[in-house]
Amino acid sequence: MIHDAVIVGAGPAGLAAAAALRQGGNGDVVVVERDAAPGGVPRWCAHPGFGLRDCHRPMTGPAYAAALVRRARGIDMRLDTTVLALEPGGRLRISTPAGLETIAGRAVLLASGIRETPRAARLVSGTRPWGVTTTGAFQEIVQATGRAPFRRPLIVGSEFVSFSNLLAARHAGVRPVALIEVAAAPLVPWPVPLLARLLGGARLLTRTTLAEIRGAERVEAVVLRGPEGERVLACDGVIFSGAFVPEAVLARAGALRIDPGTAGPTIDQFWRCSDPACFAAGNVLRAVESAGRSAAEGRAAAAAMIRALRGDLPPPEPAVPLRAEGRLRYAMPQRLIAEDAMVTVHARAALPGRGVLRLLADGVPVASRRVHARTGALLSIRIHAARLRGCTALAAVLE
Amino acid sequence: MTDAAFDVAVIGGGVVGCAVLRGFALAGARAVLLERDGDLLAGASKGNSGLLHTGFDAEPGSLEAECVREGQREYRAIRGRLNLPLLQSGAIVVAWTADELAALPAILARARENGVPDAAPLSREAVLAREPHLSPALLGGVWVPDEAIIDPWSAPLAYAMQAIANGAEIRRRAEVRGGRLEGGVWQLDTAAGPVSARVAVNCAGNYGDLVEAIARNSPFRIRPRKGQFVVFDKTAHRLLSAIVVPVPSARTKGVVLARTAFGNLLVGPTAEYQEDRSLATIEQPALERLVAHGRRILPALAEHPVTAAFAGLRPATERKDYCIEAVPDRRWISVAGIRSTGLSGALGIARHVRALHEVHFGALRDLADPVWPRVPNLAEHAARAYQEAGRSAIVCHCELVTQAEIATALDGPLGAATLGGLRRRTRCMLGRCQGFYCSRRIIELADGRLPGLLAA
Repeated sequence: MIHDAVIVGAGPAGLAAAAALRQGGNGDVVVVERDAAPGGVPRWCAHPGFGLRDCHRPMTGPAYAAALVRRARGIDMRLDTTVLALEPGGRLRISTPAGLETIAGRAVLLASGIRETPRAARLVSGTRPWGVTTTGAFQEIVQATGRAPFRRPLIVGSEFVSFSNLLAARHAGVRPVALIEVAAAPLVPWPVPLLARLLGGARLLTRTTLAEIRGAERVEAVVLRGPEGERVLACDGVIFSGAFVPEAVLARAGALRIDPGTAGPTIDQFWRCSDPACFAAGNVLRAVESAGRSAAEGRAAAAAMIRALRGDLPPPEPAVPLRAEGRLRYAMPQRLIAEDAMVTVHARAALPGRGVLRLLADGVPVASRRVHARTGALLSIRIHAARLRGCTALAAVLE
Repeated sequence: MTDAAFDVAVIGGGVVGCAVLRGFALAGARAVLLERDGDLLAGASKGNSGLLHTGFDAEPGSLEAECVREGQREYRAIRGRLNLPLLQSGAIVVAWTADELAALPAILARARENGVPDAAPLSREAVLAREPHLSPALLGGVWVPDEAIIDPWSAPLAYAMQAIANGAEIRRRAEVRGGRLEGGVWQLDTAAGPVSARVAVNCAGNYGDLVEAIARNSPFRIRPRKGQFVVFDKTAHRLLSAIVVPVPSARTKGVVLARTAFGNLLVGPTAEYQEDRSLATIEQPALERLVAHGRRILPALAEHPVTAAFAGLRPATERKDYCIEAVPDRRWISVAGIRSTGLSGALGIARHVRALHEVHFGALRDLADPVWPRVPNLAEHAARAYQEAGRSAIVCHCELVTQAEIATALDGPLGAATLGGLRRRTRCMLGRCQGFYCSRRIIELADGRLPGLLAA
């Protein structure tokens, strides 16, 4: 069966896109979600910080997830349905409770979100006992059971999620022994670390890495490596937080082009992947933006999909490739198509600092802007896409 | 007490112990297996490469060569009835240097001597035609078509299940702390209470010499040899068809690249001696070397992330060959030094051990009509539960494990008793997210059944 649109993932990007597609008059939308309930990651983030962008009031994660689900009410939502493969032309092989099926969309949106890099992929030394987990898994366990796998964990990383971790830990009576960060300063600005100390009582150790995990059945201790050498710290768990990666295996295993800088599928300014039947939005594109931003991207991608369904998107070729250079980790969209409209290029710096963000078309500057790149801050620069006519390569450079 | 005595007590629930127990159960003996850990396969059998070797490179005439040849033959013969997988990939011994190229004829000759006549030389071009993703720096190879990939845990669990189905008993958390031979019967002191048996079989793996000391001064000393592995994401599975084996050195078979039955790609093992018998640590520098090695041999691997890293301890002794012998006056059979071919050789070892029993401790008679339980298939290339109409909810998304599979694994006489045991029975939490998405569901399903998942 060929639908107008098939959306993979019922998190913020997917739900917002589904609602926007319907609002735009495209009722034949199917959302495929492998979990038993829609809402995505915010369901498990029982702390404020959600909803300001599109619900115009501060909300907790579960409340925000519920609001997104409400807005998508009535849309054909296939829960407990796993996409096994993304095939060219918008066909999806899926596992449903009724067996294996194939569905297809004239436009497919990949909105499969992110996850954290687990201990294994970080190649951390030591034994492999129970009690080593990620923020996402930890929050979910605490939310669902009111309990935790440990009492005195070490938290690795100081991104924002690390601090939400401390809040979640309090609910379960967990007192982290310390929070370590490889950088010289925490990755979230003051006063959050202070807040964290007041709330959870965890010490923040900067310039510190986890050298080894010890323990047979369960975590018994960790070896930390810091400015003053190595030391052993007793604890009963380790939470790896942050170091998000797109959950983009469908794109990687299918034939979609992947940007090594984002580890997600490449897109043009219409959120279109290298297979033009396939669009992508939200954190599957790169790690990591807020739920609100993911939802906004879902809406923007839905608008492009509506145009595609009407047949009034510019053809995917010719496209000008955009490369990130200098101190940039990535820049996107990775392909730009010349048209009479403004486009925004987003980029992230590898390291914090001040500088000038430039766009070079075949080596000639076409836009520039002074920026102050805080750690992980999203940079943006706009150009008129008509200027890309006749251009063969575009570079984004931070100098 | 003598009435309650078992015919045979097998000490150690790794792949060898499970196969030996099955061998005795099918031979009509009243057998019990005693495992120190909370679940089976918790020691050396926990971490291996999941390969079914032909024994083409074994020392000709060695017991290992015989057991591997017999073991893999029997695996192929019985796997259909137990529902065990076989991915007939073949292996290529690849030469990367002129010295290695010069060593290939001897490898071929040895393969023929070991009764693996299909081994054939491959030119550089022929290797690359078979394996287009391999680095073009290779110089040539030897093709061994019968080498295969299997599921490292389902096989021994199936042996254990079949043993139970045919009357054997398995006791977990039953470390054997000592024993006395009294009137021709072993009185074994275990953590789960006393056990009497007319013959004891030492299959204690990395604890082999310590257990041996119960019966006699151990003629061998176990020196655990650690092997670390890196597992790449399922997207890397398609980069390789055959198992890629290096030209072996005197010390080790070297680092292998192979697909896994679970649809990943594995690089390993390292070979490092260590004193600790139970904890196999992974070490970042070694893992990074394995990743670099894999990417040198298979350059496209650079685009594929690492899913998991693990380490196993192989029970090496001072000898190269297996140390298997009966000690008639002690009513004891030692099965030791099964250092790297245990999965392939286990069924052959079981036959050999049974033969030793018949020679020294009395004849056995095969069950007329043994039960053949079928184990759940976990291999990617065969039908799995998530593909069935009416399946239960998928709990582990990376490995596509259903709720019913978790429930089945927790149930029955050999239900998982540790989280590791649950992982080995279902593949849950072994995938790229390592529990990011499924820890909560696994805990909800297993809390109260498995110890220690949540803090008190």
